[in-house]
Amino acid sequence: MKRRVVSIWFQRLPSERVLRARPVDGPFAVTLSEGNHDRLHDLNREAESQGLERGMGLADARAYVPDLVTRPADIDADRRFLVMLARWATRYTPHAGLDGEDGLVLDITGASHLFGGEAAMLEDMKARLSRARLSSKIGIADTRGAAWALAHFAPGIAPEGKTSAALGPLSVSALRIDEKTATALKRLGLNTIADMTALPRATLARRFDMALIARLEQALGTRGEAISPLSEPPHYGVRMSFPEPIGLVDDVMAALSRLLDTLCLRLKNREAGARAITLSVERVDQTRQTVTLRLARPMRDATRILRLFERPVGEIDAGFGIERIRLEARGVEGLPAEQIGEGGLVEGEALDDLVTRLGARIGLDNIVRFQPVASHIPERGFTENPAAYGRVDAEWRMDHPRPLRMFPPEPVTSDAARRPPSRFSWRRMRFETAASSGPERIAPEWWRPDEAWRSGLRDYWRVETRQGLRLWMFHTPQAPGWFVHGLFA
Amino acid sequence: MQDDFATIFPLQRGRVHDASGPGAPFFAAALSGVTGGTVLWIKPAWFAEEINPVAFSAFFDPRDIILARTADQTETLAAGEEGLRSGAVGLVIMEVDKPVELTPGRRLQLAAESGRSIGLSLHPEGTGNQAATTRWLCRPLFSASDSTLQEWSIIKNKTGTNNSWAVRWDETARRIHMVSETAERAGFKGPPG
Repeated sequence: MKRRVVSIWFQRLPSERVLRARPVDGPFAVTLSEGNHDRLHDLNREAESQGLERGMGLADARAYVPDLVTRPADIDADRRFLVMLARWATRYTPHAGLDGEDGLVLDITGASHLFGGEAAMLEDMKARLSRARLSSKIGIADTRGAAWALAHFAPGIAPEGKTSAALGPLSVSALRIDEKTATALKRLGLNTIADMTALPRATLARRFDMALIARLEQALGTRGEAISPLSEPPHYGVRMSFPEPIGLVDDVMAALSRLLDTLCLRLKNREAGARAITLSVERVDQTRQTVTLRLARPMRDATRILRLFERPVGEIDAGFGIERIRLEARGVEGLPAEQIGEGGLVEGEALDDLVTRLGARIGLDNIVRFQPVASHIPERGFTENPAAYGRVDAEWRMDHPRPLRMFPPEPVTSDAARRPPSRFSWRRMRFETAASSGPERIAPEWWRPDEAWRSGLRDYWRVETRQGLRLWMFHTPQAPGWFVHGLFA
Repeated sequence: MQDDFATIFPLQRGRVHDASGPGAPFFAAALSGVTGGTVLWIKPAWFAEEINPVAFSAFFDPRDIILARTADQTETLAAGEEGLRSGAVGLVIMEVDKPVELTPGRRLQLAAESGRSIGLSLHPEGTGNQAATTRWLCRPLFSASDSTLQEWSIIKNKTGTNNSWAVRWDETARRIHMVSETAERAGFKGPPG
């Protein structure tokens, strides 16, 4: 069967996406900031008819058309919108993919008869898109290149095998080439694709690069070009509706248990585990509550997850009843099948479950483990990592005595210089120095700006007081002063 | 009759104890060192005094600490209960700034009992956990020859009598050495404040 390709070009995708949500009468444009000023990124027909064009500075555009309504462009949202359109296009064929920033490409080989032929299919597409308030141009041809050329330069259908005839009269720009190459071709008197095909390929290849030849051959079908369909990410969502609203915690848990079984089976089939599971409940009064359970490690064990849900579910306010519940696994990661031991939970798993439970209560970010860091600055001798990511193997070293407790340095009233003061007061207590050891000089890490170390070098002393307390004190010779930075015990 | 130190330290499993005084972090670190396993350390996020894992490495592997930061004491106690009940950690240390009343204290005891874990709440001096099985007051002791000497006193004991010991941490053996019983030591003056 001969391959047939549809190319859809959305001429005004960025502006029409915005206008679909918030229609505007009159001239409208979306703007993109470039350096110091805004430029028109896309505009509607009304604005175009008043003489504005893409790339124009916003200030100039305002001068011409004072009542121009603008919105900032959102490239990411445009992209997402295009992906959504590609998903819509799968109603025609499973092979639907993106084409640049503003187009779709569909492989409709063997699919058009389902819609009453290519002409009827094209009409159907146009009608649906215009009902969605999107202006589009569509080309159908044997190749992706030819379909693109038609969509952009002569919308319509090129019958099977008639590609070169259909493309012949089109401008060379229809070959998806950059403007510079197009200008160079035109300067040689090669205005249309027909002019180019008349020349021997070798002549063209000598003057231009192979990319141009490739584009020409792709358009004419002598060189293949793939259409990559969007691959749908696997969906990990399950839902359940109830014939009668439910309100008891036990009922919700029972429903949750059944949904979890389905969800975990789906995860298991793909050797995956979830890092978070979101439960959303819809109540009779149309309000919705969501609970997200963030797990300390990827999981797919329905029984264990159900137990972890006990507390969050208990906190759901059922109101007049719950009509529907939905469960979605997020942050899905690969989790290969493992041998399961006989003894139930392994110790590490019990710990992970504890971290998950605590995380549901105080937030997973607030649960950390320490990891050593090679830095001589005492505050930077370690970092905190989320406990959910497990233990890191690294060596702890203590070359110099370090206090068990550290706090932001607290000044001590004393004027002693080199040696620790023999008497001083700190936190409204009087101390007498009984013994001291030091100094250990620590210099700031000059490559890392740190406000706390602005006073320069520090000479650290371990000071034992007659009162018992063992303090970690330092003196800053560059900005004289004594501080207590920590407590040994 | 006086309790033998070895029968009372390490602290009794399945129970919650409390400690206060400037030596309390040392007490907690030494206890973590002798119990082994993972330690769940819970403290309110707004406490300026942080534990320093580098110094803890003299007692045990600091990677075995799971530090949980809470918003307030209520959350600390709730998280402590969760940790004690789970049985997944051998020791749960809770830093609190207000006394623990009898009811939440009892709840902690029940959780510790079902999880067979040790609970330890660290208090400012003069306050404590009303339901604690033992209460310790820990102070560093000045000694010209030993810079790690501590005085640990049991000031409340549900199962025995009160007592006091001078101890130090043996870093190589990773255990507490009892230096002498200081209960009768006369003339010792505690630190001010």
